[in-house]
Amino acid sequence: MQITYRDKKLEVKPGSTARDALKKLSIDPESVLIVVNGKLVTDDAILREQDEVKLVAVVSGG
Amino acid sequence: MRCRKCDERAVINMRHHKLALCAEHYGEWFIAQTERAIEKYKMFSRDERILVAVSGGKDSLSLWDVLLRLGYQADGLYIGLGINDPEPYSDLSLEKTRQFVAHGEWRVANRADNDSAPLAPRPSPILHVVDIPATYGKSIPEISRAKARGQGKPCSACGLTKRYVMNRLALEKGYTVLATGHNLDDEVAVLFQNTLRWQTGYLARQAPVLPASREGLTRKVKPLCRFYERETAAYALARGIDYIYAECPHAVGNLTNFYKTLLNQLETESPGSKLAFYLEFLRARGQGVFDKYNRADELHACETCGQPTSAPGRCAFCRMWDVSAIVR
Ligand code: SF4
Ligand SMILES: [Zn+2]
Ligand SMILES: [Zn+2]
Repeated sequence: MQITYRDKKLEVKPGSTARDALKKLSIDPESVLIVVNGKLVTDDAILREQDEVKLVAVVSGG
Repeated sequence: MRCRKCDERAVINMRHHKLALCAEHYGEWFIAQTERAIEKYKMFSRDERILVAVSGGKDSLSLWDVLLRLGYQADGLYIGLGINDPEPYSDLSLEKTRQFVAHGEWRVANRADNDSAPLAPRPSPILHVVDIPATYGKSIPEISRAKARGQGKPCSACGLTKRYVMNRLALEKGYTVLATGHNLDDEVAVLFQNTLRWQTGYLARQAPVLPASREGLTRKVKPLCRFYERETAAYALARGIDYIYAECPHAVGNLTNFYKTLLNQLETESPGSKLAFYLEFLRARGQGVFDKYNRADELHACETCGQPTSAPGRCAFCRMWDVSAIVR
């Protein structure tokens, strides 16, 4: 299944938690929010095949 | 994970507070915490008029939303920097800001009881827009190139211009307070930078409230300074605030972002590090540790625009923009 992050599509295994997916992708959990099917979720959420998962980067340096 | 207050699904888990909350309770918590900070640091009172510096980003729009929901008289100031290359960053951020004013959910007042009568929507605040290219003849990247300031980055010209325009508009329109959306990560990145170099003068002046040092300057406040950047973003998302996700193209790869990334790694390993770094700094500062470094510069009136400046003659803004007469 795919996760969208900064205009990129990243591949992760369905059935894992968001926390594990972030770890696999080497993304610092402190630097993103996880949006599943348009809703904000905590990182223990289990990602399923049909979910639309988006990571919103929170760091900005303007 | 469940909400601590109602057992609904949590939308955020704040490990440094050991607190997970659902969307509704998170919104309430965020507003209550902001109000506590406003009171704790004596930022402003109910009868003051507040000018909120808005950029269309998550922090400033969240701040404006909260102040409006709390019933403060908070108007917005958007400064058009003319940064539209390679992407229309400035145009898009103005559009998001206008949308927020026109359609933001802050309009619907909270119901205090179970009264089913429809509540009157809150009145619209004023959005002041100062377009830099239209007012001063050049965009920020153009003036920066023309003056060869800041080693190819427009940020120093940008910062100087924004500070000047905010201060000046606040004074002209009678706002006593200027509120910015700085979050804890912004503050901690600056604190880290200043500590690495032991910039004691800067450390002495870093605070949630900068009092108006004299007539001609406004008080500057940062009501979101105790929230992690993740938390202001989560507030915007939970409230459905449509903000600009894209960063200013000139922010990419800057030092602030680098420090924020480092500090987030630290936070992930040791939750609460960022919060402790900042709050312990404020405590030390409050105890006067940095007082002797806080030189109050003697201020003069700029001979062109009358704004306060540290050296006699024209202020840095008037020199950079070659202002020889007041532009209104
Ligand atoms: S990154 Fe630099 S140019 Fe862009 S808004 Fe911030 S200060 Fe201005
Ligand atoms: Zn709840
Ligand atoms: Zn001047």
